[in-house]
Amino acid sequence: MLCLGLEGTAHTLGVGVVDSEGRILSHVSRVYRPEKGGIHPREAARSHASQVKAAVKEALERAGVDLRDLDLFSFSAGPGLGPCLRVVATAARALSVLTGKPLVGVNHCIAHVEIGRLLTGAVDPVTLYVSGGNTQVIAFEEGRYRVFGETLDIPVGNCLDVFAREAGLSPPGGPGVERLARQGRRYLALPYVVKGMDLSFSGPLTEALRRHREGEDLRDLCFSLQETVFAALTEVTERAVAHTEKKEVLLTGGVASNLRLREMLEEMCRARGASLFVPPPEFCADNGAMIGWTGLLAHLHGVRQRVEEAVVRQRWRTDEVDIPWRR
Amino acid sequence: MLLKRGAEAELHVEDFTLHPLGKGKVVVKHRVPKRYRIRELDLSLREARTSLEARLLSDAKRAGVLTPPVYEVDRENMRVVMEYVEGRPLKEVLEEMGREERRRVCREIGRYVARLHRKGLVHGDLTTSNLLLTPGGDLYLVDFGLGEYTSSLEARGVDLHLLRRALQSVHFRIAEEAYREICSAYLREFGKGGREVLARAEEIARRGRYIGREERGALLRDGK
Ligand SMILES: Nc1ncnc2c1ncn2[C@@H]1O[C@H](COP(=O)(O)OP(=O)(O)O)[C@@H](O)[C@H]1O
Ligand SMILES: [Mg+2]
Repeated sequence: MLCLGLEGTAHTLGVGVVDSEGRILSHVSRVYRPEKGGIHPREAARSHASQVKAAVKEALERAGVDLRDLDLFSFSAGPGLGPCLRVVATAARALSVLTGKPLVGVNHCIAHVEIGRLLTGAVDPVTLYVSGGNTQVIAFEEGRYRVFGETLDIPVGNCLDVFAREAGLSPPGGPGVERLARQGRRYLALPYVVKGMDLSFSGPLTEALRRHREGEDLRDLCFSLQETVFAALTEVTERAVAHTEKKEVLLTGGVASNLRLREMLEEMCRARGASLFVPPPEFCADNGAMIGWTGLLAHLHGVRQRVEEAVVRQRWRTDEVDIPWRR
Repeated sequence: MLLKRGAEAELHVEDFTLHPLGKGKVVVKHRVPKRYRIRELDLSLREARTSLEARLLSDAKRAGVLTPPVYEVDRENMRVVMEYVEGRPLKEVLEEMGREERRRVCREIGRYVARLHRKGLVHGDLTTSNLLLTPGGDLYLVDFGLGEYTSSLEARGVDLHLLRRALQSVHFRIAEEAYREICSAYLREFGKGGREVLARAEEIARRGRYIGREERGALLRDGK
């Protein structure tokens, strides 16, 4: 069975073709980059709308399949930015109507976990999902993916991006901060905020920006910001591991490419007798293949949606989704 | 005897050898080093949490919340020595107990949280693992290392939000019912201003995912 998945929750438009054996036949990404400032939902949506046709065509070509060969369409139904979600939902509906094949809306956060499990072989991990739009610690308990921890304000990727931008580093922000952090020597104390298993990043961000304006060394600031926020992420992940007694940790999302974060998680896992899994970078970032694969899992386990039921859900919670494929 | 190896601390039960009457048991809570974080940060976190835990345990008791008495704080070795509470973590018994008993316990939790908040304390990690129920039915609150001295609406809202989240992730079958009971007791005990805290907790639950630029700007301005 073949599924074409459409991802479009934020700045990445992704199209992927996946089969029911878990083979990724193709995946194509088009990333909207704002000229300046943060993401503008409407402009991102406009950009996705103008690219979706070409991206679908390219994904089909690369997979070597025809539109008629597909059995299923899936799209990221949420959580995410409304205008962007509506673009992929509309495109998926149109494809479904055109071909007469079913479609299914997929939860973006769960898709990150599922593609991670598929590609790394992790069976039942505690997942740390860290990106520009999300920060969650997720684990499967009693039929659902439960959120054990999440950010109380901004996502960690957003914290790094805003700092980089305000400090005049060229985008993308995360890698810029990581590069400079390697040259940092002095640890400058920044607010370290862990509340229960939840986190907050606006405090350390505000303080780092303030010290930057005061002329503090940028390398030391990048170093200190990373050490602070990554230690907090590792701590809440450890708390979830201790609590659930699971033996695997899956790191995913755009920030997963950061080597210092990996190193910290690696050390935490070692001390607890757990193992760390990280998917290849292109599947840590938002991508269409994860939507295709999760759509297949849902469809193969009886999830059915009529075209008019396939709506977007901007604030769709991870723990609201039924997971029949893990029963 | 090792009682528990948690995420950040090891807890041992020991005989209370210094007790003038030579009896009883104590819990020694030792915050262990974490090698994943740099030394400065590791030391400062463990130090701060060790002192904070001891102070908050005592101040909570003064606020009318049952907590184990603290006998010793060793900031050098990051150890807190407190009385051993004979009881079971609420996590293990909350779902098994009868409905009425559960309502009683939930009301007690609501009262506890309100008393803390009214006295300018927040617990910071309200979960059913951090509540102990004794055979006599007394409820003890422990684990204050993530607490804070604050009267801010946001901190109080987060405290309740975390409790709800903990219920949802561990006791999902009874989570909403339990949370409602806790809230109504909280309102009664807190009095004026309690509604605002509950409303803030609701608002916090809606954040965390993509938030608009305006909302984010407001968060940064408030320095939250
Ligand atoms: N004074 C005490 N008497 C009896 N048991 C305790 C006491 N303090 C803690 N415990 C038990 O140990 C567990 C872990 O202690 P806690 O202070 O919550 O540390 P952690 O930070 O590891 O969660 C608690 O959930 C509780 O079951
Ligand atoms: Mg505890």
